[in-house]
Amino acid sequence: MENILQYAITGLSQGSLYALVALGVVLVYRANRVLNFAHGDITTVGAFAAFMLLAAGIPWWLAFFLAILLGAAIAMVFYFGILIPAQRREANHLGMVILTLGFGLIMQALVLKFGDLEPQTFPFPLSDSETFNIGGVVISHLSLGTLIFGILGSFGFYLLVQKTPIGLAMRATSENLAAAQTLGIPTRRVLALSWGLAAGLGVMAGLFLAAVLFLDPPFMMEPFLKGFAAAILGGLNSLPGAIVGGLILGVAEALAGGLISVAFKNTLAFLIIIFVLLFKPEGLLGTEFIERV
Amino acid sequence: MSQVAETGREQLAADKPPLLKIANIETLYFDRIYALHGLTLTIREKEIFAVLGPNGAGKTTLLKTVAGLLKDQPNKGTIEFEGRRIHRLAPERISGRGIVFVPEDRGLFRELTVKENLEIGCWGRRGKEVKDDLEFVYELFPILAERGEQQAETLSGGQQQMLAIARALLRRPKLLMLDEPSLGLAPLVARSVYDALVKIAEIGTTILLVEQNAKLAFSIADYGYIMEAGRIVLEGTSAELQENEDVQELYLGLGGDEDSSKGWRLYKKRRTW
Repeated sequence: MENILQYAITGLSQGSLYALVALGVVLVYRANRVLNFAHGDITTVGAFAAFMLLAAGIPWWLAFFLAILLGAAIAMVFYFGILIPAQRREANHLGMVILTLGFGLIMQALVLKFGDLEPQTFPFPLSDSETFNIGGVVISHLSLGTLIFGILGSFGFYLLVQKTPIGLAMRATSENLAAAQTLGIPTRRVLALSWGLAAGLGVMAGLFLAAVLFLDPPFMMEPFLKGFAAAILGGLNSLPGAIVGGLILGVAEALAGGLISVAFKNTLAFLIIIFVLLFKPEGLLGTEFIERV
Repeated sequence: MSQVAETGREQLAADKPPLLKIANIETLYFDRIYALHGLTLTIREKEIFAVLGPNGAGKTTLLKTVAGLLKDQPNKGTIEFEGRRIHRLAPERISGRGIVFVPEDRGLFRELTVKENLEIGCWGRRGKEVKDDLEFVYELFPILAERGEQQAETLSGGQQQMLAIARALLRRPKLLMLDEPSLGLAPLVARSVYDALVKIAEIGTTILLVEQNAKLAFSIADYGYIMEAGRIVLEGTSAELQENEDVQELYLGLGGDEDSSKGWRLYKKRRTW
């Protein structure tokens, strides 16, 4: 029983990071109905930038802040510089998805060219080896920090989208673009903000993940796919769904890894994708599967 | 008839400056299908204009072209609003000039609440003015105040139309364009929507509406245009149009003993008015 509690706590901590990644995927999907396959790679650039800044002696809080800004800026450059011109030439959804894939490859190449390629430990203000012991359940400082940050981050983001005028504009624009335009909402700026915010959330998650995993160029591949699975599980157009999906996936993974086999841990995400798409394609909290034309 | 219309228009045109001037526009779908074919019309300030015509005449296309919702259209011709060119501007900028479009499907944010829909209408505006405007729309449509927390998609058709109009009003439009505001509404509900439009016009908003229901449209419009195959084929004041035999026959159902299907056959045969 204690074991299960232990797995659940570890899983929640990991899941809160999946939730942050999934929020970014869902945010962009809602904005442009595009699955952003560059999400993980933009995050990688941010994490490497943070590492290089830290190596240059910049305090961690400033380095993290700048890395998040960089990630957001890259995503907005992609939106304004590539996606809007493509839309002007009437690119379809598949075309736009492929553009994100291509952009992701370019980001990977940039990391390979300018990043330090040796897998390295990412210096992080929270330790992964020091632990708290709460009633027999052991949790590292980093895991606890991740969990708290993930929950606060998701909640803060939720408030931003649900309770502020800019969040309202984001929701309106993602639901009915033409109507938002005729009401004079600067839809392009609003959508660009969605892209920037998504990437910013991704980099935040990436910084925590880099502290757990080794920092090497493809390190975000797996978390991105997990975030993607979490987004599908929760419903691709549902922000609360992304959070719920991330947490469920994290716990399910930890339980599967602990009780069945560690080898099974990574397969689980893909099994979940397959099962959700077969039996509940709109996801747990999603409302849309067949696109309205 | 056309002469009467001409003189009528000249007289009125002399009184008020044009707000919207559409000259010879062509709008194409898929680069080859003409939806508007050399259309010209003028909208004067502070009046209610109605555009009538059969399905497929291009009425909705006309409003969408003015609102800037059709990419790279109009293909030819000019649209001027308050003397400044607006054709081919982005829809956000056209809205910024003071033209707000309420589409046939109402264009509501269905997942947002009534209140949130109205808040979006106030985008970029602040202060006491907004409060006054909100008070005005709640007075106009009291039901919206009652349903504030409800999701827009749960409203009835009439309430949705009221919400769409209220939201558009909060932009303080100089020109309010409505696509078939009576579509799908019970006669009494349609009537109350139209009564609201009259009140909106009274505060100085110019209204351009597209309708299938000619009787309803004539009941509030000052001036009307009849559209067919992408062109204006007839125009005049409401009174003039209602006296026109063709309009009576084809739009008002006053074609004597002939049943309507016969009327439509006649309509098809008569290509020129």
